[in-house]
Amino acid sequence: MTEIFGVPTQALWGQLMIGLVNGSFYAMLSLGLAVIFGMLNVVNFAHGAFYMMGAFFSWMLLNLLGIGYWWSLLLAPIGVALVGIVIEKTMLRWLYQLDHLYGLLLTFGIALIIEGVFRDQYGVSGQPYDLPEIFKGAFDLGFMMLPKYRAWVIVACLTICFATWFVIERTRLGSYLRAGTENPKLVQAFGINVPLMVTLTYAFGVGLAGLAGVLAAPVYQVNPLMGSNIVIVVFAVVVIGGMGSILGAILTGIALGLIEGLTKVFYPEASATVVFIIMAIVLLIRPAGLFGREK
Amino acid sequence: MSKSSKIFYIVLLLGALVAPFIGYPIFLMKVLSFALFACAFNLLIGFTGLLSFGHAMFFGGAAYLCAYAAKAWGLTPELAVLFGSVGAAILGYFVGWLAVRRQGIYFAMVSLALSQMVYFICVQAPFTGAEDGLQNVPRGKLFGLVSLADDTTMYYFVLAVFIFGFWLIYRTIHSPFGQVLKSIRENEPRALSLGYDVDKYKLVAFVISAGLAGMAGALKSLSLGLATLTDVTWQMSGEVVLMTLLGGMGTILGPVVGAASIVTMQNYLASLGSWVTIIMGIIFVVCVLAFRRGIVGEIAHRLKK
Repeated sequence: MTEIFGVPTQALWGQLMIGLVNGSFYAMLSLGLAVIFGMLNVVNFAHGAFYMMGAFFSWMLLNLLGIGYWWSLLLAPIGVALVGIVIEKTMLRWLYQLDHLYGLLLTFGIALIIEGVFRDQYGVSGQPYDLPEIFKGAFDLGFMMLPKYRAWVIVACLTICFATWFVIERTRLGSYLRAGTENPKLVQAFGINVPLMVTLTYAFGVGLAGLAGVLAAPVYQVNPLMGSNIVIVVFAVVVIGGMGSILGAILTGIALGLIEGLTKVFYPEASATVVFIIMAIVLLIRPAGLFGREK
Repeated sequence: MSKSSKIFYIVLLLGALVAPFIGYPIFLMKVLSFALFACAFNLLIGFTGLLSFGHAMFFGGAAYLCAYAAKAWGLTPELAVLFGSVGAAILGYFVGWLAVRRQGIYFAMVSLALSQMVYFICVQAPFTGAEDGLQNVPRGKLFGLVSLADDTTMYYFVLAVFIFGFWLIYRTIHSPFGQVLKSIRENEPRALSLGYDVDKYKLVAFVISAGLAGMAGALKSLSLGLATLTDVTWQMSGEVVLMTLLGGMGTILGPVVGAASIVTMQNYLASLGSWVTIIMGIIFVVCVLAFRRGIVGEIAHRLKK
Protein backbone atom coordinates (compact mmCIF):
# COMPACT_ATOMS: atom_id res chain seq x y z
CA MET A 1 0.00 0.00 0.00
CA THR A 2 1.27 3.52 -0.77
CA GLU A 3 2.13 5.78 2.11
CA ILE A 4 2.72 9.50 2.72
CA PHE A 5 4.82 10.38 5.79
CA GLY A 6 4.14 6.89 7.13
CA VAL A 7 0.37 7.23 6.72
CA PRO A 8 -1.46 4.97 4.25
CA THR A 9 -2.97 7.12 1.50
CA GLN A 10 -6.29 5.33 1.90
CA ALA A 11 -6.59 6.63 5.47
CA LEU A 12 -5.43 10.07 4.41
CA TRP A 13 -8.05 10.40 1.67
CA GLY A 14 -10.71 8.96 3.93
CA GLN A 15 -10.04 11.52 6.66
CA LEU A 16 -9.82 14.34 4.14
CA MET A 17 -13.24 13.28 2.90
CA ILE A 18 -14.70 13.32 6.41
CA GLY A 19 -13.00 16.67 6.94
CA LEU A 20 -14.65 18.00 3.81
CA VAL A 21 -18.06 16.80 5.04
CA ASN A 22 -17.55 18.46 8.43
CA GLY A 23 -16.20 21.55 6.73
CA SER A 24 -19.32 21.77 4.58
CA PHE A 25 -21.46 21.79 7.71
CA TYR A 26 -19.22 24.42 9.34
CA ALA A 27 -19.56 26.50 6.20
CA MET A 28 -23.37 26.28 6.14
CA LEU A 29 -23.67 27.09 9.83
CA SER A 30 -21.20 29.96 9.89
CA LEU A 31 -22.84 31.34 6.76
CA GLY A 32 -26.21 31.46 8.57
CA LEU A 33 -24.59 33.02 11.63
CA ALA A 34 -22.94 35.68 9.49
CA VAL A 35 -26.16 36.54 7.64
CA ILE A 36 -28.10 36.81 10.91
CA PHE A 37 -25.39 38.86 12.58
CA GLY A 38 -25.18 41.21 9.64
CA MET A 39 -28.88 42.03 9.69
CA LEU A 40 -29.89 41.61 13.34
CA ASN A 41 -26.62 42.25 15.18
CA VAL A 42 -27.38 39.12 17.17
CA VAL A 43 -24.93 36.28 17.63
CA ASN A 44 -27.33 33.41 17.42
CA PHE A 45 -26.21 30.99 20.13
CA ALA A 46 -29.27 28.85 19.33
CA HIS A 47 -27.81 28.08 15.89
CA GLY A 48 -26.62 24.66 16.99
CA ALA A 49 -29.99 23.95 18.57
CA PHE A 50 -31.73 24.72 15.26
CA TYR A 51 -29.30 22.43 13.47
CA MET A 52 -30.20 19.67 15.92
CA MET A 53 -33.88 20.53 15.51
CA GLY A 54 -33.61 20.12 11.74
CA ALA A 55 -32.07 16.68 12.19
CA PHE A 56 -34.80 15.69 14.65
CA PHE A 57 -37.61 17.01 12.45
CA SER A 58 -36.25 14.95 9.63
CA TRP A 59 -36.03 11.87 11.88
CA MET A 60 -39.58 12.45 13.16
CA LEU A 61 -40.95 12.90 9.65
CA LEU A 62 -39.47 9.55 8.66
CA ASN A 63 -40.24 7.53 11.79
CA LEU A 64 -43.54 9.03 12.91
CA LEU A 65 -45.15 10.06 9.64
CA GLY A 66 -43.31 7.90 7.15
CA ILE A 67 -42.25 10.90 5.09
CA GLY A 68 -38.95 10.21 3.37
CA TYR A 69 -35.65 11.99 2.95
CA TRP A 70 -36.44 14.15 -0.10
CA TRP A 71 -39.56 15.71 1.39
CA SER A 72 -37.85 16.28 4.70
CA LEU A 73 -35.11 18.21 2.89
CA LEU A 74 -37.87 20.72 2.17
CA LEU A 75 -40.23 20.34 5.13
CA ALA A 76 -37.81 20.16 8.06
CA PRO A 77 -36.02 23.46 7.26
CA ILE A 78 -39.40 25.14 6.78
CA GLY A 79 -40.48 23.85 10.18
CA VAL A 80 -37.28 25.18 11.74
CA ALA A 81 -37.71 28.51 9.98
CA LEU A 82 -41.27 28.81 11.36
CA VAL A 83 -39.97 28.27 14.88
CA GLY A 84 -37.37 30.93 14.10
CA ILE A 85 -40.06 33.38 12.98
CA VAL A 86 -41.99 32.89 16.21
CA ILE A 87 -38.85 33.48 18.29
CA GLU A 88 -37.87 36.58 16.32
CA LYS A 89 -41.38 38.07 16.48
CA THR A 90 -41.97 37.40 20.16
CA MET A 91 -38.53 37.77 21.77
CA LEU A 92 -35.52 38.85 19.71
CA ARG A 93 -37.40 41.88 18.37
CA TRP A 94 -37.28 43.63 21.75
CA LEU A 95 -33.51 43.49 22.03
CA TYR A 96 -32.28 45.30 18.91
CA GLN A 97 -31.83 48.59 20.72
CA LEU A 98 -29.82 47.02 23.55
CA ASP A 99 -26.24 45.88 23.90
CA HIS A 100 -25.42 42.93 21.62
CA LEU A 101 -24.65 40.82 24.66
CA TYR A 102 -28.34 40.49 25.47
CA GLY A 103 -29.02 38.88 22.10
CA LEU A 104 -26.34 36.31 22.83
CA LEU A 105 -27.75 35.63 26.32
CA LEU A 106 -31.33 35.31 25.07
CA THR A 107 -30.42 32.88 22.31
CA PHE A 108 -28.30 30.94 24.81
CA GLY A 109 -31.43 30.55 26.95
CA ILE A 110 -33.43 29.46 23.91
CA ALA A 111 -30.73 26.91 23.06
CA LEU A 112 -30.97 25.48 26.59
CA ILE A 113 -34.75 25.20 26.31
CA ILE A 114 -34.72 23.50 22.90
CA GLU A 115 -31.95 21.12 23.91
CA GLY A 116 -33.65 20.33 27.22
CA VAL A 117 -36.97 19.52 25.55
CA PHE A 118 -35.39 17.10 23.07
CA ARG A 119 -33.25 15.54 25.78
CA ASP A 120 -36.31 15.04 27.93
CA GLN A 121 -38.05 13.27 25.04
CA TYR A 122 -35.22 11.26 23.52
CA GLY A 123 -32.42 10.98 26.11
CA VAL A 124 -28.81 11.48 25.12
CA SER A 125 -28.31 8.38 23.01
CA GLY A 126 -28.36 8.85 19.26
CA GLN A 127 -31.20 7.83 16.96
CA PRO A 128 -30.00 6.36 13.66
CA TYR A 129 -31.46 7.79 10.46
CA ASP A 130 -31.73 5.23 7.68
CA LEU A 131 -30.11 6.19 4.41
CA PRO A 132 -32.38 6.37 1.38
CA GLU A 133 -31.80 3.40 -0.95
CA ILE A 134 -30.24 5.54 -3.69
CA PHE A 135 -27.37 6.65 -1.42
CA LYS A 136 -26.29 3.21 -0.26
CA GLY A 137 -22.93 2.02 -1.50
CA ALA A 138 -19.89 3.91 -2.66
CA PHE A 139 -18.12 5.13 -5.78
CA ASP A 140 -14.77 3.51 -6.47
CA LEU A 141 -12.42 6.33 -7.41
CA GLY A 142 -9.44 4.04 -7.87
CA PHE A 143 -7.37 5.55 -5.05
CA MET A 144 -10.23 5.48 -2.50
CA MET A 145 -13.86 4.51 -1.91
CA LEU A 146 -16.22 7.48 -1.82
CA PRO A 147 -19.49 6.74 -0.01
CA LYS A 148 -22.32 8.05 -2.18
CA TYR A 149 -24.08 9.91 0.59
CA ARG A 150 -20.95 11.80 1.64
CA ALA A 151 -20.42 12.88 -1.94
CA TRP A 152 -24.01 14.10 -2.06
CA VAL A 153 -23.63 16.05 1.20
CA ILE A 154 -20.55 17.87 -0.07
CA VAL A 155 -22.14 18.70 -3.40
CA ALA A 156 -25.41 19.80 -1.78
CA CYS A 157 -23.73 21.96 0.89
CA LEU A 158 -21.44 23.67 -1.58
CA THR A 159 -24.32 24.33 -3.97
CA ILE A 160 -26.44 25.83 -1.19
CA CYS A 161 -23.57 27.95 0.09
CA PHE A 162 -22.74 29.38 -3.32
CA ALA A 163 -26.42 29.90 -4.13
CA THR A 164 -26.74 31.91 -0.93
CA TRP A 165 -23.64 33.89 -1.80
CA PHE A 166 -25.06 34.56 -5.27
CA VAL A 167 -28.44 35.72 -3.94
CA ILE A 168 -26.87 38.07 -1.42
CA GLU A 169 -24.10 39.51 -3.54
CA ARG A 170 -25.58 39.47 -7.03
CA THR A 171 -29.38 39.88 -6.92
CA ARG A 172 -31.76 42.76 -6.20
CA LEU A 173 -33.13 41.06 -3.08
CA GLY A 174 -29.59 40.63 -1.84
CA SER A 175 -28.84 44.28 -2.46
CA TYR A 176 -31.78 45.25 -0.21
CA LEU A 177 -30.36 42.95 2.42
CA ARG A 178 -26.88 44.44 2.18
CA ALA A 179 -28.31 47.95 2.23
CA GLY A 180 -30.37 47.02 5.29
CA THR A 181 -27.23 45.77 7.01
CA GLU A 182 -25.46 49.08 6.32
CA ASN A 183 -28.26 51.49 7.15
CA PRO A 184 -31.70 50.13 8.06
CA LYS A 185 -33.28 53.56 8.60
CA LEU A 186 -32.43 54.79 5.14
CA VAL A 187 -33.65 51.58 3.53
CA GLN A 188 -36.92 51.89 5.42
CA ALA A 189 -37.26 55.46 4.19
CA PHE A 190 -37.06 54.11 0.63
CA GLY A 191 -40.20 52.12 1.31
CA ILE A 192 -38.83 48.69 2.08
CA ASN A 193 -40.40 46.79 4.94
CA VAL A 194 -37.29 46.38 7.09
CA PRO A 195 -38.89 44.61 10.09
CA LEU A 196 -40.27 41.96 7.72
CA MET A 197 -36.87 41.65 6.10
CA VAL A 198 -35.27 41.18 9.52
CA THR A 199 -37.76 38.44 10.40
CA LEU A 200 -37.22 36.65 7.10
CA THR A 201 -33.45 36.94 7.44
CA TYR A 202 -33.58 35.23 10.81
CA ALA A 203 -35.93 32.57 9.43
CA PHE A 204 -33.59 32.02 6.48
CA GLY A 205 -30.51 31.79 8.69
CA VAL A 206 -31.99 29.24 11.07
CA GLY A 207 -33.65 27.41 8.16
CA LEU A 208 -30.17 27.00 6.71
CA ALA A 209 -29.05 25.51 10.03
CA GLY A 210 -32.08 23.19 9.93
CA LEU A 211 -31.19 22.10 6.41
CA ALA A 212 -27.64 21.35 7.53
CA GLY A 213 -29.21 19.24 10.27
CA VAL A 214 -31.28 17.23 7.77
CA LEU A 215 -28.17 16.60 5.66
CA ALA A 216 -26.23 15.61 8.78
CA ALA A 217 -28.88 13.23 10.14
CA PRO A 218 -27.76 10.14 8.18
CA VAL A 219 -24.03 10.88 8.66
CA TYR A 220 -24.03 11.32 12.43
CA GLN A 221 -26.62 9.93 14.79
CA VAL A 222 -29.53 12.22 15.55
CA ASN A 223 -28.72 13.37 19.06
CA PRO A 224 -29.97 16.22 21.27
CA LEU A 225 -26.37 17.20 22.02
CA MET A 226 -25.21 17.35 18.40
CA GLY A 227 -25.97 21.06 18.17
CA SER A 228 -24.07 22.37 21.16
CA ASN A 229 -21.03 20.32 20.19
CA ILE A 230 -20.81 21.91 16.78
CA VAL A 231 -21.87 25.47 17.60
CA ILE A 232 -18.76 26.26 19.63
CA VAL A 233 -16.51 25.08 16.80
CA VAL A 234 -18.56 27.22 14.43
CA PHE A 235 -18.04 30.21 16.73
CA ALA A 236 -14.30 29.65 16.46
CA VAL A 237 -14.68 29.42 12.67
CA VAL A 238 -16.52 32.73 12.71
CA VAL A 239 -13.80 34.36 14.83
CA ILE A 240 -11.16 33.07 12.42
CA GLY A 241 -12.98 34.17 9.28
CA GLY A 242 -14.58 37.33 10.58
CA MET A 243 -18.30 37.81 10.08
CA GLY A 244 -17.96 40.58 7.50
CA SER A 245 -17.76 38.37 4.43
CA ILE A 246 -20.08 35.66 3.14
CA LEU A 247 -17.48 34.04 0.93
CA GLY A 248 -14.98 34.28 3.79
CA ALA A 249 -17.32 32.35 6.09
CA ILE A 250 -17.74 29.58 3.50
CA LEU A 251 -14.05 29.24 2.71
CA THR A 252 -12.97 29.31 6.36
CA GLY A 253 -15.52 26.64 7.26
CA ILE A 254 -14.34 24.25 4.57
CA ALA A 255 -10.65 24.93 5.19
CA LEU A 256 -11.01 24.22 8.91
CA GLY A 257 -12.90 21.00 8.25
CA LEU A 258 -10.03 19.85 6.03
CA ILE A 259 -7.39 20.87 8.58
CA GLU A 260 -9.30 18.96 11.25
CA GLY A 261 -9.34 15.91 9.00
CA LEU A 262 -5.58 16.16 8.37
CA THR A 263 -4.92 16.48 12.09
CA LYS A 264 -6.86 13.27 12.67
CA VAL A 265 -4.40 11.48 10.39
CA PHE A 266 -1.12 12.96 11.56
CA TYR A 267 -1.71 13.85 15.21
CA PRO A 268 -5.09 12.52 16.37
CA GLU A 269 -4.66 13.78 19.96
CA ALA A 270 -5.00 17.37 18.76
CA SER A 271 -7.94 16.86 16.39
CA ALA A 272 -10.49 18.20 18.88
CA THR A 273 -8.44 21.28 19.71
CA VAL A 274 -6.82 22.20 16.39
CA VAL A 275 -9.57 24.65 15.40
CA PHE A 276 -9.17 26.53 18.67
CA ILE A 277 -5.39 26.60 18.32
CA ILE A 278 -5.73 28.08 14.84
CA MET A 279 -8.14 30.62 16.28
CA ALA A 280 -5.54 31.66 18.84
CA ILE A 281 -2.88 32.01 16.15
CA VAL A 282 -5.17 34.08 13.93
CA LEU A 283 -5.98 36.33 16.89
CA LEU A 284 -2.28 36.95 17.34
CA ILE A 285 -1.56 37.71 13.70
CA ARG A 286 -4.78 39.27 12.42
CA PRO A 287 -7.05 40.16 15.35
CA ALA A 288 -9.93 41.15 13.04
CA GLY A 289 -10.04 37.69 11.44
CA LEU A 290 -8.86 36.58 8.02
CA PHE A 291 -11.70 38.23 6.08
CA GLY A 292 -12.86 40.67 8.74
CA ARG A 293 -12.83 44.42 8.78
CA GLU A 294 -11.69 46.14 11.95
CA LYS A 295 -14.50 48.39 13.15
CA MET B 1 -19.12 52.39 53.31
CA SER B 2 -22.20 53.98 54.85
CA LYS B 3 -23.32 53.09 58.34
CA SER B 4 -26.48 51.30 57.21
CA SER B 5 -24.62 49.11 54.74
CA LYS B 6 -22.01 48.34 57.41
CA ILE B 7 -24.78 47.08 59.70
CA PHE B 8 -26.23 45.14 56.79
CA TYR B 9 -22.94 43.37 56.09
CA ILE B 10 -22.47 42.58 59.81
CA VAL B 11 -25.94 41.01 59.92
CA LEU B 12 -25.08 38.98 56.83
CA LEU B 13 -21.85 37.82 58.44
CA LEU B 14 -23.65 36.76 61.61
CA GLY B 15 -26.18 34.90 59.48
CA ALA B 16 -23.35 33.11 57.67
CA LEU B 17 -21.73 32.18 61.00
CA VAL B 18 -24.84 30.50 62.41
CA ALA B 19 -25.98 29.04 59.06
CA PRO B 20 -24.36 25.57 59.46
CA PHE B 21 -26.46 24.96 62.58
CA ILE B 22 -29.63 25.57 60.57
CA GLY B 23 -28.88 24.22 57.09
CA TYR B 24 -26.72 21.45 55.62
CA PRO B 25 -23.05 22.49 55.68
CA ILE B 26 -22.34 20.68 52.38
CA PHE B 27 -25.10 22.57 50.63
CA LEU B 28 -23.95 25.87 52.16
CA MET B 29 -20.39 25.25 51.03
CA LYS B 30 -21.62 24.65 47.51
CA VAL B 31 -23.59 27.90 47.64
CA LEU B 32 -20.55 29.82 48.91
CA SER B 33 -18.28 28.38 46.21
CA PHE B 34 -20.70 29.28 43.45
CA ALA B 35 -21.32 32.68 45.02
CA LEU B 36 -17.60 33.43 44.88
CA PHE B 37 -17.51 32.14 41.31
CA ALA B 38 -20.36 34.45 40.31
CA CYS B 39 -18.81 37.42 42.15
CA ALA B 40 -15.56 36.88 40.25
CA PHE B 41 -17.46 36.68 37.00
CA ASN B 42 -19.43 39.82 37.88
CA LEU B 43 -16.18 41.77 38.25
CA LEU B 44 -15.86 41.40 34.47
CA ILE B 45 -19.42 41.65 33.19
CA GLY B 46 -20.76 44.07 35.78
CA PHE B 47 -17.82 46.36 36.36
CA THR B 48 -15.70 46.13 33.21
CA GLY B 49 -18.35 45.31 30.63
CA LEU B 50 -16.63 42.14 29.40
CA LEU B 51 -18.77 39.05 28.84
CA SER B 52 -16.56 36.03 29.34
CA PHE B 53 -18.41 32.94 28.19
CA GLY B 54 -15.65 30.61 29.28
CA HIS B 55 -15.23 31.07 32.99
CA ALA B 56 -15.75 27.36 33.58
CA MET B 57 -12.16 26.79 32.42
CA PHE B 58 -10.87 28.66 35.48
CA PHE B 59 -13.42 27.19 37.87
CA GLY B 60 -13.03 23.61 36.64
CA GLY B 61 -9.34 23.89 35.85
CA ALA B 62 -8.54 25.03 39.38
CA ALA B 63 -10.83 22.32 40.78
CA TYR B 64 -8.64 19.74 39.05
CA LEU B 65 -5.37 21.40 40.11
CA CYS B 66 -6.47 21.70 43.73
CA ALA B 67 -7.84 18.16 43.86
CA TYR B 68 -4.68 16.78 42.30
CA ALA B 69 -2.42 18.71 44.65
CA ALA B 70 -4.35 17.56 47.69
CA LYS B 71 -4.64 13.96 46.55
CA ALA B 72 -1.37 13.16 44.81
CA TRP B 73 1.03 15.45 46.65
CA GLY B 74 -0.80 15.62 49.97
CA LEU B 75 -0.71 19.42 50.05
CA THR B 76 -2.49 21.07 52.98
CA PRO B 77 -5.88 22.58 52.02
CA GLU B 78 -4.81 26.23 52.13
CA LEU B 79 -1.85 25.48 49.86
CA ALA B 80 -4.00 23.36 47.52
CA VAL B 81 -6.52 26.20 47.18
CA LEU B 82 -3.69 28.65 46.59
CA PHE B 83 -2.19 26.33 43.98
CA GLY B 84 -5.52 26.09 42.15
CA SER B 85 -6.08 29.85 42.25
CA VAL B 86 -2.60 30.71 41.01
CA GLY B 87 -2.92 28.12 38.25
CA ALA B 88 -6.25 29.64 37.17
CA ALA B 89 -4.76 33.15 37.27
CA ILE B 90 -1.88 32.08 35.03
CA LEU B 91 -4.33 30.44 32.61
CA GLY B 92 -6.37 33.64 32.84
CA TYR B 93 -3.34 35.68 31.86
CA PHE B 94 -2.88 33.74 28.61
CA VAL B 95 -6.58 33.59 27.76
CA GLY B 96 -7.08 37.27 28.58
CA TRP B 97 -3.98 38.21 26.60
CA LEU B 98 -5.60 36.59 23.53
CA ALA B 99 -9.18 37.60 24.17
CA VAL B 100 -8.75 41.34 24.84
CA ARG B 101 -7.67 41.68 21.23
CA ARG B 102 -11.33 41.49 20.29
CA GLN B 103 -14.26 43.47 21.64
CA GLY B 104 -17.86 42.85 22.59
CA ILE B 105 -19.44 39.81 21.12
CA TYR B 106 -16.18 38.46 19.70
CA PHE B 107 -14.64 38.56 23.17
CA ALA B 108 -17.44 36.26 24.36
CA MET B 109 -16.92 33.86 21.46
CA VAL B 110 -13.14 33.76 21.88
CA SER B 111 -13.41 33.00 25.60
CA LEU B 112 -16.01 30.31 24.91
CA ALA B 113 -13.83 28.68 22.26
CA LEU B 114 -10.71 28.73 24.42
CA SER B 115 -12.65 27.26 27.31
CA GLN B 116 -13.84 24.45 25.05
CA MET B 117 -10.20 23.81 24.21
CA VAL B 118 -9.39 23.53 27.92
CA TYR B 119 -12.31 21.11 28.21
CA PHE B 120 -10.86 18.84 25.53
CA ILE B 121 -7.44 19.03 27.17
CA CYS B 122 -9.04 17.96 30.47
CA VAL B 123 -10.74 15.04 28.70
CA GLN B 124 -7.40 13.80 27.37
CA ALA B 125 -4.87 14.82 30.04
CA PRO B 126 -3.48 11.90 32.05
CA PHE B 127 -3.97 13.45 35.50
CA THR B 128 -7.68 14.34 35.31
CA GLY B 129 -9.03 10.80 35.41
CA ALA B 130 -11.11 11.39 32.22
CA GLU B 131 -14.79 10.50 32.70
CA ASP B 132 -14.36 9.49 36.36
CA GLY B 133 -12.69 12.72 37.38
CA LEU B 134 -10.76 12.89 40.64
CA GLN B 135 -12.74 11.37 43.45
CA ASN B 136 -12.25 11.03 47.21
CA VAL B 137 -10.15 14.16 47.40
CA PRO B 138 -8.87 14.43 50.99
CA ARG B 139 -9.61 17.69 52.79
CA GLY B 140 -6.47 17.35 54.86
CA LYS B 141 -5.43 19.44 57.83
CA LEU B 142 -5.49 23.22 57.75
CA PHE B 143 -1.89 24.46 58.18
CA GLY B 144 -1.14 20.83 59.01
CA LEU B 145 -2.91 21.26 62.37
CA VAL B 146 -6.71 21.42 62.19
CA SER B 147 -8.50 18.53 60.51
CA LEU B 148 -11.21 19.67 58.09
CA ALA B 149 -12.87 16.27 57.84
CA ASP B 150 -15.80 17.58 59.87
CA ASP B 151 -18.29 19.39 57.61
CA THR B 152 -18.89 22.29 59.99
CA THR B 153 -15.16 22.98 60.39
CA MET B 154 -14.77 22.81 56.64
CA TYR B 155 -17.65 25.24 56.27
CA TYR B 156 -15.84 27.87 58.34
CA PHE B 157 -12.73 27.42 56.23
CA VAL B 158 -14.80 27.90 53.06
CA LEU B 159 -16.51 30.92 54.61
CA ALA B 160 -13.17 32.49 55.52
CA VAL B 161 -11.84 32.05 51.99
CA PHE B 162 -15.11 33.36 50.56
CA ILE B 163 -14.94 36.48 52.72
CA PHE B 164 -11.35 37.04 51.61
CA GLY B 165 -12.37 36.76 47.94
CA PHE B 166 -15.43 38.95 48.42
CA TRP B 167 -13.34 41.57 50.22
CA LEU B 168 -10.78 41.53 47.42
CA ILE B 169 -13.49 42.14 44.83
CA TYR B 170 -15.06 44.87 46.98
CA ARG B 171 -11.70 46.59 47.35
CA THR B 172 -10.98 46.27 43.62
CA ILE B 173 -14.30 47.83 42.66
CA HIS B 174 -13.89 50.73 45.07
CA SER B 175 -10.28 51.47 44.22
CA PRO B 176 -9.06 53.98 41.61
CA PHE B 177 -8.32 50.94 39.47
CA GLY B 178 -12.00 49.93 39.75
CA GLN B 179 -13.08 53.42 38.69
CA VAL B 180 -11.04 53.06 35.52
CA LEU B 181 -12.69 49.68 34.89
CA LYS B 182 -16.12 51.30 35.20
CA SER B 183 -15.11 54.04 32.79
CA ILE B 184 -14.11 51.34 30.30
CA ARG B 185 -17.53 49.75 30.75
CA GLU B 186 -19.32 53.05 30.20
CA ASN B 187 -17.29 54.41 27.32
CA GLU B 188 -14.23 52.57 26.11
CA PRO B 189 -13.10 55.05 23.43
CA ARG B 190 -13.23 57.89 25.94
CA ALA B 191 -11.21 55.96 28.51
CA LEU B 192 -8.69 55.30 25.76
CA SER B 193 -8.55 58.95 24.75
CA LEU B 194 -7.97 59.97 28.36
CA GLY B 195 -4.74 58.04 28.14
CA TYR B 196 -5.60 54.81 29.92
CA ASP B 197 -4.09 51.65 28.48
CA VAL B 198 -7.50 50.02 28.20
CA ASP B 199 -6.28 46.59 27.15
CA LYS B 200 -3.91 46.39 30.11
CA TYR B 201 -6.69 47.28 32.55
CA LYS B 202 -8.96 44.69 31.00
CA LEU B 203 -6.23 42.09 31.21
CA VAL B 204 -5.55 42.77 34.91
CA ALA B 205 -9.29 42.59 35.66
CA PHE B 206 -9.47 39.35 33.71
CA VAL B 207 -6.58 37.81 35.66
CA ILE B 208 -8.10 38.80 39.04
CA SER B 209 -11.45 37.40 37.97
CA ALA B 210 -9.87 34.17 36.69
CA GLY B 211 -7.86 33.70 39.88
CA LEU B 212 -10.91 34.17 42.09
CA ALA B 213 -13.05 31.92 39.89
CA GLY B 214 -10.27 29.37 40.35
CA MET B 215 -10.36 29.88 44.09
CA ALA B 216 -14.09 29.12 43.98
CA GLY B 217 -13.51 25.96 41.96
CA ALA B 218 -10.77 24.83 44.34
CA LEU B 219 -13.10 25.34 47.32
CA LYS B 220 -15.80 23.36 45.60
CA SER B 221 -13.53 20.42 44.82
CA LEU B 222 -12.22 20.28 48.39
CA SER B 223 -15.59 20.60 50.09
CA LEU B 224 -17.39 18.08 47.85
CA GLY B 225 -14.30 15.89 47.52
CA LEU B 226 -14.35 15.62 43.74
CA ALA B 227 -13.36 17.38 40.54
CA THR B 228 -15.12 16.30 37.35
CA LEU B 229 -15.54 17.27 33.74
CA THR B 230 -18.89 18.92 34.58
CA ASP B 231 -16.98 21.82 36.12
CA VAL B 232 -15.20 22.60 32.83
CA THR B 233 -18.12 22.35 30.40
CA TRP B 234 -19.66 25.29 28.56
CA GLN B 235 -22.87 24.61 30.51
CA MET B 236 -20.98 25.62 33.66
CA SER B 237 -19.88 28.83 31.95
CA GLY B 238 -23.53 29.44 31.12
CA GLU B 239 -24.62 28.73 34.68
CA VAL B 240 -22.40 31.42 36.15
CA VAL B 241 -23.71 33.90 33.59
CA LEU B 242 -27.23 32.99 34.64
CA MET B 243 -26.48 33.35 38.37
CA THR B 244 -25.06 36.82 37.81
CA LEU B 245 -27.85 37.86 35.47
CA LEU B 246 -30.55 36.65 37.83
CA GLY B 247 -28.98 38.24 40.89
CA GLY B 248 -28.14 41.48 39.15
CA MET B 249 -25.15 42.34 36.97
CA GLY B 250 -23.04 45.16 38.33
CA THR B 251 -24.40 44.89 41.88
CA ILE B 252 -22.12 43.74 44.66
CA LEU B 253 -24.43 41.24 46.31
CA GLY B 254 -26.40 40.23 43.23
CA PRO B 255 -24.16 37.29 42.25
CA VAL B 256 -24.42 35.88 45.78
CA VAL B 257 -28.22 36.00 45.65
CA GLY B 258 -28.25 34.59 42.12
CA ALA B 259 -25.89 31.75 43.02
CA ALA B 260 -27.92 30.85 46.09
CA SER B 261 -31.16 30.82 44.07
CA ILE B 262 -29.79 28.68 41.24
CA VAL B 263 -28.00 26.18 43.50
CA THR B 264 -31.14 25.85 45.63
CA MET B 265 -33.25 25.31 42.53
CA GLN B 266 -30.87 22.66 41.18
CA ASN B 267 -30.91 20.95 44.55
CA TYR B 268 -34.68 20.70 44.77
CA LEU B 269 -35.32 19.94 41.12
CA ALA B 270 -32.43 17.52 40.57
CA SER B 271 -34.89 14.63 40.20
CA LEU B 272 -36.53 16.29 37.20
CA GLY B 273 -33.49 15.63 34.97
CA SER B 274 -33.56 17.60 31.73
CA TRP B 275 -36.23 19.89 33.11
CA VAL B 276 -33.54 21.66 35.15
CA THR B 277 -31.93 22.71 31.85
CA ILE B 278 -35.28 23.82 30.45
CA ILE B 279 -36.09 25.87 33.55
CA MET B 280 -32.67 27.49 33.45
CA GLY B 281 -33.26 28.38 29.82
CA ILE B 282 -36.62 29.91 30.71
CA ILE B 283 -35.07 31.95 33.53
CA PHE B 284 -32.47 33.19 31.03
CA VAL B 285 -35.13 34.27 28.56
CA VAL B 286 -37.30 35.94 31.20
CA CYS B 287 -34.34 37.77 32.76
CA VAL B 288 -33.10 39.09 29.43
CA LEU B 289 -36.54 40.16 28.23
CA ALA B 290 -38.12 41.59 31.35
CA PHE B 291 -35.79 41.54 34.31
CA ARG B 292 -32.45 42.89 33.19
CA ARG B 293 -31.63 44.53 36.52
CA GLY B 294 -31.80 41.19 38.34
CA ILE B 295 -33.11 40.62 41.86
CA VAL B 296 -30.71 42.85 43.76
CA GLY B 297 -30.63 45.48 41.02
CA GLU B 298 -34.41 45.65 41.03
CA ILE B 299 -34.55 46.02 44.83
CA ALA B 300 -31.90 48.76 44.75
CA HIS B 301 -33.82 50.53 41.99
CA ARG B 302 -37.08 50.42 44.00
CA LEU B 303 -35.33 51.68 47.15
CA LYS B 304 -33.86 54.64 45.30
CA LYS B 305 -37.28 55.80 44.04
